[in-house]
Amino acid sequence: MATPQTISPNLGDRLRGFQRSAGNIAAGGGLWAAIIGFTVWAAFAERDALTVGIVLGAILALGAVGLTLIFGVLKFAHFAHGDSMMLSAFIAWLLLNGIIVGERAGSETTLLPVTINDLPGADSAIWEFSFGYGLIVAMLLTAVLTAGMMVGIDRVVYRRLRRRKSGIVIFAIASLGLAFVMRSVILIFWGPTPRLYTPGIRNRIDLPFDVSVLADQLFILAAAFVVTGIVYVMLFRTKLGKAMRAMADNPDLALISGIDTDRIITWTWAVAGCLIAVAGVLLALQAHLDSELGFALLLPLFAAAIVGGLGNPQGALVGGFVVGITQEVAVTFDFLSPGYKFSVAFAILILILLVRPRGLFGERS
Amino acid sequence: MNSDQRPPILTVEDVSKAFGGLKAVNHANLEVAEGSITGLIGPNGAGKTTLFNIISGFIKPDSGHIAFQGERIDGIPPHRVFHRGLVRTFQIPREFGGMTVLENLMLVPKDQEGEHLWAAWFLPWRVSRQEDENFTKAEEVLRFLNLHQLRDEYALNLSGGQKKLLELGRTLMCNPKMILLDEPAAGVNRTLMRGIVNDIKRLRQDLGITFFVIEHDMDIVALLCDRLIVMSEGSKLAEGTPEEVRADERVLEAYLGGQVR
Amino acid sequence: MILAGKRPAWARGLKPSDFIATAVLLTITLAIPFIAYEQSRGAFPDGNIAGTMSFYTAFLVTVGVFALLTMGLNIQWGYTGVINFGVLAFFMLGAYTTAIITKGDPQGDFTTYIGGWGNDLNLIPALATDQWLPFVIATAAAALAAGLLALLVAFPTLHLREDYLAIATIGIAEVMRRVVIEERWMVNGSRGLTGVPQPLGGLVDQSDYKYLNVVIVGIVVIIVFFALERAVRSPWGRVLRGLSDDEEATAASGKNVFAFKTQSFVVGAAIMGIGGSMYAYAFSALSPDAFTHLFATFIFWAMLMVGGSGNNKGAIAGAYVIWGLWTISLQMQGYELGDVIESRMPFIRGLLLGVAIVGVLLIRPLGLLPQERRVSAWVERRVKKERSTPAPPAET
Repeated sequence: MATPQTISPNLGDRLRGFQRSAGNIAAGGGLWAAIIGFTVWAAFAERDALTVGIVLGAILALGAVGLTLIFGVLKFAHFAHGDSMMLSAFIAWLLLNGIIVGERAGSETTLLPVTINDLPGADSAIWEFSFGYGLIVAMLLTAVLTAGMMVGIDRVVYRRLRRRKSGIVIFAIASLGLAFVMRSVILIFWGPTPRLYTPGIRNRIDLPFDVSVLADQLFILAAAFVVTGIVYVMLFRTKLGKAMRAMADNPDLALISGIDTDRIITWTWAVAGCLIAVAGVLLALQAHLDSELGFALLLPLFAAAIVGGLGNPQGALVGGFVVGITQEVAVTFDFLSPGYKFSVAFAILILILLVRPRGLFGERS
Repeated sequence: MNSDQRPPILTVEDVSKAFGGLKAVNHANLEVAEGSITGLIGPNGAGKTTLFNIISGFIKPDSGHIAFQGERIDGIPPHRVFHRGLVRTFQIPREFGGMTVLENLMLVPKDQEGEHLWAAWFLPWRVSRQEDENFTKAEEVLRFLNLHQLRDEYALNLSGGQKKLLELGRTLMCNPKMILLDEPAAGVNRTLMRGIVNDIKRLRQDLGITFFVIEHDMDIVALLCDRLIVMSEGSKLAEGTPEEVRADERVLEAYLGGQVR
Repeated sequence: MILAGKRPAWARGLKPSDFIATAVLLTITLAIPFIAYEQSRGAFPDGNIAGTMSFYTAFLVTVGVFALLTMGLNIQWGYTGVINFGVLAFFMLGAYTTAIITKGDPQGDFTTYIGGWGNDLNLIPALATDQWLPFVIATAAAALAAGLLALLVAFPTLHLREDYLAIATIGIAEVMRRVVIEERWMVNGSRGLTGVPQPLGGLVDQSDYKYLNVVIVGIVVIIVFFALERAVRSPWGRVLRGLSDDEEATAASGKNVFAFKTQSFVVGAAIMGIGGSMYAYAFSALSPDAFTHLFATFIFWAMLMVGGSGNNKGAIAGAYVIWGLWTISLQMQGYELGDVIESRMPFIRGLLLGVAIVGVLLIRPLGLLPQERRVSAWVERRVKKERSTPAPPAET
């Protein structure tokens, strides 16, 4: 038979070949070494930024797990994720004290007759935290409401697009439209002024090794840890979670093996909604409630999900911390002003797309 | 026709491809003779469509070589495989639904100057001449396939069988040397199918095009192919004339086994 | 693909309800500027021609600039199915590039920016070249810069799934905004740039410049429109439409998917750069605060979706309709709406834009003006010629 001869590759092939080999070097541990090295260095040189980075990373991880779940099961990039986080943070605010903007911009009025803060002792600070148990109640209630909201949106919008067999780009645009709807809803009810859950003082706690954190940040870490545990058990120990992961891996196979896809999708939105709500409230606790934050948040969220490999929940968890830490530590450098925080997330995203588009945990392409 | 005497136009050598743990194609070795109509049959999940995807450049094989007319084509992108004269159709027709049937065909010809922006802007007369040529050619193909009355219809509105014909028509727009047909008879009614079979034979006769056809319908296969390759579990199981293959015990077993599983 | 559900009905011909809808829309559309003007009458005493004219000219110039940006997006999304959620980046780059090229040296302690070559660009001091040559150069540079940026974004993302590019474009928009705000030395940070010179500005009286402004923007819109029509209604555009219908089938038809997507993305971005350039001339002042996601990205999506993705006339119509409705809502204070609504009007507008996009996707994916049936203008002409001759009709 004829001996196959090699074909001289053109420039595009060469470039892509270079990209692939770079990816393989990275797979050989380069990226991991860089990440671990950077973190260890930061632990000595920029301890405060590292601490904030870990806290932010935990929040991003929660958001990114939700994002990656939606991507895995529904196969589209959910561009309303950041804005839904912010909207649920504001819903929690409403549940807490019932306040919205009044007739004139700047004035305030109460919308709810009864609020959580009306409960006895709900707003008296626990331990060193700046908030009382009311916030936790509000967070849990918001999780339920947001889950309902996401399922509702799926019914009204995404399911109809699915029935019409729309392409993924249509879903992306619809979710962008919804992102702006949510942002506008926030602005209509609560206006553009940033807000805080509680006006109280934030207490600092001194930990060993010269680390000092805000008490609230300890709460954020603990809450994120608990929620991650629950989601882990749900994904890896229950039938529902297994079905979700099966659908993420191979939708056709899942369909053949008799999984009720509509039910799985509904549950995915519900779980993602809970994650969105918790992440949103925790973020607002760490930073503040701000309508502007939602859309900008998309970058670190997607960066985290892509670092972990889109559709991979464990990956998103790690990705959240990688992005959170890098973002916070990088802006301590002299040449980067803090305004570039989200640009750092973007840089990570582009780097990963260049060398390893399937993420740290993805297979070699 | 004795195709054994002819040199192979396509050689698949030790090609493997795994998806996760599933070995879709497993050390496949096969040859397709120039000018033949070779059938590729086998039970569901034997890896036939995956092999087509690998040959046409849509999937990169994990290992192995593919040579077309003596040149390696594995690992080069689909459009460059196309430019070598090896074109394919899809199992589920992939028409350009938002375009008319006519322009579905006119998209295909290679070396259209109008595909370069500067020509579209500054050399309209040359684009115009080529468009006229392609228009005529597309009309010819449409008449050949009996689709001419649907020329200005959106491709989306065609029936399943008409879409299959359109897929075939697209491959004819570019003077191919070899065509990979993925289940040309699926969803096409019997009378129309007989027409397609005759068309394919005529094309081989008149233009010397080699065909490599995945097909499930054994009647069609017997009518159409002069050589059959049987795939099972990702590799070649048997090969021969339709009669030989029909008599082969292993083939029967593979099909039955496939059905039980 | 995307328009799957709707196209057959359209293809089979218009229903009476379509005609009614079209007639109603047409009436509203034509009435928009008059309604808007009627509402703002309070601001201009009757018979104040100058006031009336400044209202209409400002309206038309804005529509023109936005039409350019929407047409740029139309090449990317409407024709090729490539998502760009960062129109802002290319818009802003075009506007700022234009400003720093045409402006003179920085004046005063509170102004720092690079460039300022305006006075040196009068390369051939004849035929009043100082009035137009620097501006032509600046607009070309704006298109080039935006195109290069697009190339930079496209390379790592365009061979991946479509949504990666969408994410990357959000990123580039964020970076662009940040750079403009943080790097004071570059384009004066959040203070913005004012006093961008106006093309042919020295030839007419300043109070009459608004008419010239309309003419200049109008001419650019017309040039871009015809250039784009020529490009998309050709074999080039046919490949793009193939890509938006089915990428794999396009690859199987021997087209280099990556190359065509990149071209489309870059051409679209260059048009956005030109749009940005026109914005700089028309409004003569740039501030990073004006380039918000809502106002510099999202509104163009609403315009394109409402007008009709994949149709340049639709893009222009969308810019006109959306901006018209926007203007009307800006003039709402003439009515007794109550403080609750009035103080929230800007946010309600944003809400309605979002609802418009989702609504169009769900109800009428084709928008006001759907794509032409035949892509290639040559085929169109050929078929028309055939129809006019007495040969038997080919249509079923």
